[in-house]
Formats: sequence, C-alpha cells, structure tokens
Amino acid sequence: MKKTFSIGGVHPDDSKISAGSKIEVLPLPKTVYISMIQHLGGPAKAIVAPGDRVKTGQVIGEPTGFISAYVHSSVTGAVKSVGLRKDLNGIQVVHVEIAVEPDEWMEGIDTSDTLVTDIPEDRQFILDRIKNNGVVGLGGATFPTHVKLCPPPDKKAECLILNGAECEPYLTSDYRIMLEKSEQIVIGAAIMKKVLGVSRAVIGIEENKPEAIARMTATVSKLQSSAKGYDGIEVMTLKKKYPQGGEKQLIDAVMHRQVKSMGLPIDVGAVVQNVATSLAVYDAVQKNMPLITNTLTVTGNCLPADRQKNYLFRIGFPLSYIAEYNGGVPEKAAKIVSGGPMMGKAVSNLDATTQKGSSSLLYLTEEQTVRKPESNCIRCGKCAEACPMGLEPFLLNKLARNGMMEELEQNAVQDCIECGCCLYSCPANIPLLDMIRVAKGEVIRAMRARTAPKK
Amino acid sequence: MSKLLVSPSPHIHADISTARIMRDVVIALLPSVVVSILYYGWSSVMLLAVSVITCILVEYLITRFLMKSQCTISDWSAAVTGVLLALNLPPACPWWVAMIGAIFAIGVVKMTFGGLGQNLFNPAIAARVFLLVSFPVAMTNWAKPAGFINVDATSGATLLGTVKEGLAKGDSLGQIFAANDFSYLQTLFINIGGSAGEISAIAILIGFVYLLARKVIRPHITLSIWATVIVFSGIFWLINPEQYTDPLFNLLTGGLLLGSVFMATDYVTSPMSARGGIIYGVGIGLLTMLIRYFGSYPEGVSFAILIMNSVVPLINKAFKQKKYGRA
Amino acid sequence: MTTTIIWTVVAVTLLGLLLAVVLYLVAKKFKVEEDPRVDEVEKVMPGANCGGCGFAGCRAFAQACVEAPDLDNNFCPVGGNEVMKKVAAVLGMEVAEKAPMVAVVRCNGTCENRPKTNEYDGYKSCKVKAALYSGDTGCFYGCLGCGDCVAACQFGAISMDPVTGLPVVDEEKCTGCGACAKACPKKIIELRNKGPKNRRVFVSCVNMEKGATARKACKSACIGCGKCEKACPFGAVKVEHNVAYIDFNKCKLCRKCVVECPTGAIHDVNFPAPAQKPAPKPAAKPAAEVKPVVEAAAKPATEPVAEPAAKPEKKEE
Repeated sequence: MKKTFSIGGVHPDDSKISAGSKIEVLPLPKTVYISMIQHLGGPAKAIVAPGDRVKTGQVIGEPTGFISAYVHSSVTGAVKSVGLRKDLNGIQVVHVEIAVEPDEWMEGIDTSDTLVTDIPEDRQFILDRIKNNGVVGLGGATFPTHVKLCPPPDKKAECLILNGAECEPYLTSDYRIMLEKSEQIVIGAAIMKKVLGVSRAVIGIEENKPEAIARMTATVSKLQSSAKGYDGIEVMTLKKKYPQGGEKQLIDAVMHRQVKSMGLPIDVGAVVQNVATSLAVYDAVQKNMPLITNTLTVTGNCLPADRQKNYLFRIGFPLSYIAEYNGGVPEKAAKIVSGGPMMGKAVSNLDATTQKGSSSLLYLTEEQTVRKPESNCIRCGKCAEACPMGLEPFLLNKLARNGMMEELEQNAVQDCIECGCCLYSCPANIPLLDMIRVAKGEVIRAMRARTAPKK
Repeated sequence: MSKLLVSPSPHIHADISTARIMRDVVIALLPSVVVSILYYGWSSVMLLAVSVITCILVEYLITRFLMKSQCTISDWSAAVTGVLLALNLPPACPWWVAMIGAIFAIGVVKMTFGGLGQNLFNPAIAARVFLLVSFPVAMTNWAKPAGFINVDATSGATLLGTVKEGLAKGDSLGQIFAANDFSYLQTLFINIGGSAGEISAIAILIGFVYLLARKVIRPHITLSIWATVIVFSGIFWLINPEQYTDPLFNLLTGGLLLGSVFMATDYVTSPMSARGGIIYGVGIGLLTMLIRYFGSYPEGVSFAILIMNSVVPLINKAFKQKKYGRA
Repeated sequence: MTTTIIWTVVAVTLLGLLLAVVLYLVAKKFKVEEDPRVDEVEKVMPGANCGGCGFAGCRAFAQACVEAPDLDNNFCPVGGNEVMKKVAAVLGMEVAEKAPMVAVVRCNGTCENRPKTNEYDGYKSCKVKAALYSGDTGCFYGCLGCGDCVAACQFGAISMDPVTGLPVVDEEKCTGCGACAKACPKKIIELRNKGPKNRRVFVSCVNMEKGATARKACKSACIGCGKCEKACPFGAVKVEHNVAYIDFNKCKLCRKCVVECPTGAIHDVNFPAPAQKPAPKPAAKPAAEVKPVVEAAAKPATEPVAEPAAKPEKKEE
C-alpha cells in the first residue's frame, strides 16, 4: 500500500513533457541583475557599489535579521548599478547589475566534479557553510535552510523528510537532478541528517517517477555500503496526488502525523527539505560553493518537443534571455508561469531575473489557462472534498467577500496552504482561492497584531 | 504571443463544469426514461416533453424578464429537474398537472430562492409533493396506459398502496402477496404500477453506477439510506413478518431507489461533507420507513427527502469534515 | 363532531393565553433599559447605516452621541451639518460646522494615458489584484479599475467609466462617508473639501516613481517636477516622493499650478472657464485627453474658450 496524505487532494494531469531532456548548462548573458530578495524574511542588503569588481561566488548581499540569507554574485565582472528594478510581479526590488566577464571564481570554492562522500564531523562547521553560502529552501518558499536546520532547543527532530514528490504538473527539474545528481542529493541528505542529529531520513518520491525511485534507491544502497553516515536513509514511494509536496501533506504521508494549526513541522519532529535544497547543501558544505545555480524547466504544451528543456541557470539571468535562448516565447502562449501551474506565479514582467528558487518557465495557452465566467455555487462540496487541509473553501470565499474576519478565523482560513485545489476543482468556476488568499493574509496579520502586545 | 494573461494561481482548471455534471445526471436518467417510455408509451413521452420544456421555459422567462440576470438554462439544471419531475408522476396523469408541477418546481421552489444553488428544497421532489397534495386523485391514479412493449401486469395501485390497504383491512402480508401474485423479479425489471421512473430497479442502478463512475456523486448518501431502510425494516420484519414488509421489498418498491440515487443526492439540497451525508441518509431512511409502516400514506420517500432537505443547513453546520491538524 | 371542534377551539385558546403570559413575563424580565434619547437621535439620522461615521450603523452612532460629553468627535458625513444640528438640538449640545467633503479620485490613468502591459484574469477585485502584482499597466500606484470603490459605495455615487476605465464620483450623490477611500488598496481616493461652488483643484496622480519612469508608464502622471510648488503663492503645494500634493485647506483656487503642470496631472473642476496662462505655452501637449485644462493651455491664450457651460458636468476625478 503506497502512502499518501489523508485529507483531500486532486489529480491533475502529469504533463511531465520535459522529463526526458537532460540538464543543459545555460551560457552567460551579457548582464545579470541579482535581486536582493531571493528568500523569505528580511531582504539582503547590497554591500557592493557601482564600479566594484566582483568575482563569481563573492558575497554581494548580506542578511538583515535572523531570518534572511546571503546573496552571492553569480558571475565575474563590474557592478554597473545597484538600484530598483521590477521583479516578475512588477514590484520594485533592489537589484545588483553586473556586466558579465569570463568566470573567475572566489578562492576556496571547489569547482571540480569530484564527489566528496565523507561528511564533516563538526556540526557548527556544516551550519556555517550552509549559512555563508546562502542556501535557502528550493521547494518554493525559499526559507533560509540554516534556520530550519537549527530547531529550538525544546523541540526534538526525529525524521528528516526529503521532498522529491514534485507533485506540480509540468515541472521536471527535481526529477532530472534526482536522475543526474542522485549522489549529491543523498550526501546532502546525510549532511542534514547529521546536523539535525536524527537517525531517519526519508526521500519521498511519487510513483509516477519510477526511474528516479530506482536511481535514488540504488544510490542510497551504494553509498551505505561504501561510506559512513548513510544509515537510516530510505526512499519511499508515494501515491501520485497533488499537493503531496506540501510540507504538511508530506509529513502526514510519511510519518502519519499532522502539524497543529499555525504550528511548525518540528512540533511533530519533522524537518522537510526539497531534493534541490539537498543538492545545494552538498555544494555548500562539500564544495564550499554558494547557491548561485539551480535547475529550471522550460515547458508547455504549446512548445515544440525539441524545445522542452531543463536548464542549469545562474541567479540573475533575465527570464527574457532564457526564453530567447530557448527559441522565443511560443506564439500560442498566453500566460507565462514561473513555477508550477497550481502554485506558480504568473509573470507580468519577462525582464525579471532568475532567483535561487526559480523552477520553471511554463507556457500556457489561453485555452488552458483562461478563467471561465463564474456561475452560481451549486454546493457540490467538491472544493471541500479537494482541500488537503479539510477546510470549506465555499464558505471561506463567502465570508471573505463579506469581510467577516471573525468567522474566517473560526473557520480556519489561516490554515489554508494556497495549493489551489479548491479553485481547480470548482465546477462553477468560482475563483475561490483568489479571495481566500487575501483574507488569509488579513486574518494572520490580525492574529499577529493580537498576540504581539502580550510579549 | 498575442496577449499576456496574469492571474493568481492556480493557472489550470479541472475538466469539470456545472453543465457537465448536470448533463451526466441526465445521461444517468436515460435508462429509466427508456424503460418508462417502453412501458408506458406515448403518455410517458408526453409527460417528459411537457415537464422538461416547461421547466426550461420557466427558467428562461424568469431569468430573462424577472431577474434580468444571466440566463442559466444552458447549465442543464432545469432539464434535470424536468426529467426527474416527469419520472415522479403517475403515467396516466394529465399533461397540465405536469405543467403545473414544472412551473411550481422552477418558478417557486428554485427561482424564488435565487436560482441554482440557492434553493432549500429539491425542486422535483417539492413539486411532486405539491401535486400530491393539490391533485390527490390525478396523482394516485395508477392506471396503466398502453406501452410500446406489453408486460402482463394488471395495475390499479402501487405495491406499497396495495400492501397498505390490505393491512388496513386486517389481511396478513402473505395473503396480500399471494393475492397480487408478487415476485421480486418483477421489481427488478418492471415494477407493477408506480411512477414512470420507479418501475425498473435495474435501470436506476445503471444510472447509479454511471454517476459513481463519473464521480458526479459520492455513494455515502445513497448507501446510508439503503442501509437504514434495510436495518429498520429488518428489525420489524423479524419481529412480525406478517405485519411488516421485508427489507428487500422495501428497498426495491416505490420511489426509494429513484429518490435515493437521484433526488437525495442533489448537490444543492444535500449536505456537503461525507459525514453529514451519512446523517442525512440515515434520516431519510428512517423517515421513509416510519411513514411506510405507520403513516397514512403508502409511500414516504418524497416527504422524507423534503423534511431532511430542511435540516441540511443544520447538518452542514454540525457535521463538518475533519480539518488537518485539529483533532 | 361538534365536540371535537369545541375542544380544539378551547385547547388552542388556552394554549394561546398561556404562551401570551409567558411572553409577557419574559419581555418584562429581560427588558433592556435604554436611554430614550438614543431613539430620538436615531430618528433624525439618515438611516443609511453606511458606517461612514466609524460606527456600526446609525443606531450605534446615536448611542455614541448620547454617551459622549460633546459632539466634537462624532460627525455624520452623510447627513452633514444639517443632521448634526438636529442631533445637537435633541441632545441640547453645541456643534461646530464642518466643511462638506467629497471623494476625489486621484488617478488619471485612462486607457489612453496609461497603456495596458498585460491582461488581468483573476477575480475582479482591486484587493486581490493589488495583492498579486503591480497591475496591468506600467504604473504600480494607479487605479486598478476593478471597482472595489463602486462596491463599497452605499449611495451609488461611484461608477466605472467604461471608456477611461476609471471610477467617476457623482458629486450630487457623494456624501463623503469615505467608504471608497477605505476600500481602495492603492489609496488613490481621497476625501477633499468640497470647496466653494464645488470648485476644487487637486493633483490627479499618486505615482511616486521618478519622473521619467512615471511618465513612461502614464502620459498624465505627476513627474514631481516641482513647477506647481514654485507657482503656488500660498504654499499649498508640496512635492514629496516625486509626487505633488495640494493641501486643500491652504489652496485658494487660483489655478496657477494647473497651467504650470507639464503633464496635466493637476485638475480643476467646476470652474466656469478653463485655467489660462498669461503667455502662450510652447510645449506641445498630448491634447487627446478629456481634460479642458490641457487643451486650453495648448491654445493661444487670447482665444476665449467657449464651452464652460458644459464643463462643470464633466467630472474626471
């Protein structure tokens, strides 16, 4: 019996069209623009000025506050400007503009391909490397990894869960790295296991990726037999169901535990990290390589088969540059999504640049994506059936439209994970999540404001 | 690219719509429609036509001229009501009764509450009860009109009606069954006497399986009605088999199957959660059996569904589905 | 038969009497003592229950007025001074007159001035749209055009102009309750002094981008050039964060700023004739806008503009 989470979920079509395409390295553009907001928490503060020369891997942004992260230069060259530039939502964010020259790496970075399987003994050394190399969660939320790996002393981690579910349709970047960089991922997992001091690490992969499951299983047993520190790592096959990759859902699927409302995974002894994060942890700890690269899928039904790609990109590449390199935006595309079709962001500004957490350029046709006119709610309950948090989206939507904050809180709008299952499955095409998302933000702010003065 | 769309996530939608769901319900009703036409002939065709056309027309006129809102007939929901109402009428019932029922179903029960999704009661059921109270003679005239196929069944009353009358006279069930030459096989294929849609259990079950396969409905409500009916009548039957009809008889006769598969599962007037659905189903089953055994009407499915419709808002409040992490 | 009827009648009558007694006792026991003046004050209120006063409705406002020591902090924007006078009369208090206010839309990003860069396809709500991204034009600050203000208005005083895509305030209907200003996530709607003869001058832009960027996104954006600030003899205009703001308490409606504005971002409404500049202004203007201001400024000053009669009706805020 394959495992999965217990409440709700939907089954959108896989559409993993680009699964067969090997990761290709993108050539460098002439200019990169590196955003100072590439992570959750305080924006990084740019520490370079126009005219400065930077090397590849040099720190150009310093963290502000506890939850924040370093930002490194992804190229070598001269800083042309430090100033506001629009991100993919059209919002002005501080970017560092660098004119690209041939790579000259910072000292101490191991750029070789040699696999380092020995795990450092010193826990603090590992954490410092992860922090100093700007590693953040690459599963979507870009939460600084070193913070997540240092649970508060009163909480005890029991299990590290590696998220290889990639439950979003179309995306194949995690799948490709699991095939092509399985050793690094497993080593990264062993490193995080060591930091957390847990005995068990589970790599959860959905059943629709049998090659990845086979490859990862083989790698785990190979490393277990050849090196130390790999005990307790296992690969778990999960049923295909969206949103399996949601942190709370994955914990439910793997450990059969549920995180309390407004709680954190660590409350039930779980730490969840994406496989791509594990790869970044390997690079950071074993190679002292800062997080300046990631894998991105360029895909879509309207894209010709030979242009379905998985690219290794560096941060700061304009999306338009990647689209051009790939052969241009297809004529039939009407929406460009950065991320998966269920939770990704629609790009309104193609001049925005890649970030640590970028995972795709997804082209959707108007037919696929355009919202159909809303009709009356027929109270079918399909939204409630689909909600993986067991909420009642139809009710929350009504309450949100009428601004009933207290009732929204009573009906747990703050638990919403914005997975989009409700809107996806509504036969009346009611834009449920649009309104619920906004209401959730308001309720959470109100809850925080209420608890803040008590401190 | 011609235009750049931007919207909040999600960016894709399941291949599902209100119209598709309603169309599936109509498809699921087709076996019953076919049987009723074959068995009751032109009178059944006429009832169906009058009922469906009136429902659609009334909805069109009201949305167009009274509410001045978007016309909603294209979502097929009026058609569903029309077919269900026709299947709930006695075959010999005059066409104007069907028309009045259709006007009442759409005009009063559905549109006065604001149209699709807003009504408290199932329009077809409410209309049937309305007609039963308003035109008791026409609505209990079970004479069998000429059909396209001939089944040698004499008809004058429904099985349930016959039983009720017999019991009232003081006969035992054995005597009643023997006098009416009753067999279970009849109920499966062609029931003796009854509303147009009630006559074949097999046809309804085919529709049920189709609805389940297309994931239009969940089985909770229907199965809990059946289970309740079986358990309730089973207990009484075991106590006194000569006074109380047996579970299988209760399951297969009258409007129970049609009601439990097509009317009780109506989205709008049934609870949202699976747990609520079970409570709702148990309520319908219990009320049906109470009316059948102890009430003055021979059949109680319509009343049971109508009564349970009215408590659905309460059930929705009391039986919410389990939330994640809030044990 | 008759006995049944008699018994039924008797039983029901008795039951009715019994319940009446119960109701009477309950009403007596749970009676809520309320200041009778609350009722009286409520009677003179407009009864719109709009919440413009900051209370949940007219009754809540009446209650607050009765309980308050004076009426300085309570004002019914809908009823205005007249209603407040009545309230004061009921309560035997004094009330200071307040200048009537009106909602003003400070964005002139019409479809023509501010070309669309993408198409919004989500739920038609400014709140949702604002939370998602910068909007479907190049301007982050301007009107999003989904009509949250229209929905918020209890008096039907705001409607969306289908041509410009911007909300239009009906001055006759607007009560200055401020519900639209609260509903606007971009804060472009402001309550401003209604002004003598409804005449007002205001900056119809809140774009805080630098001049070039603002201008690129919208032809009629305030570019923060500061000409208006210099032109104003009363110190009513301030340029801050690249955008000008006219303090309506200081503005004397001389309209010197209106003619100075190079982009036509400053609007004057309900004046008999468009503002004119003493000397012809050479700079070419995008004359296509519906603004009488810009048209007039582009024309030779000597030529009298003969359309004032129709103009006051044209409210572009």
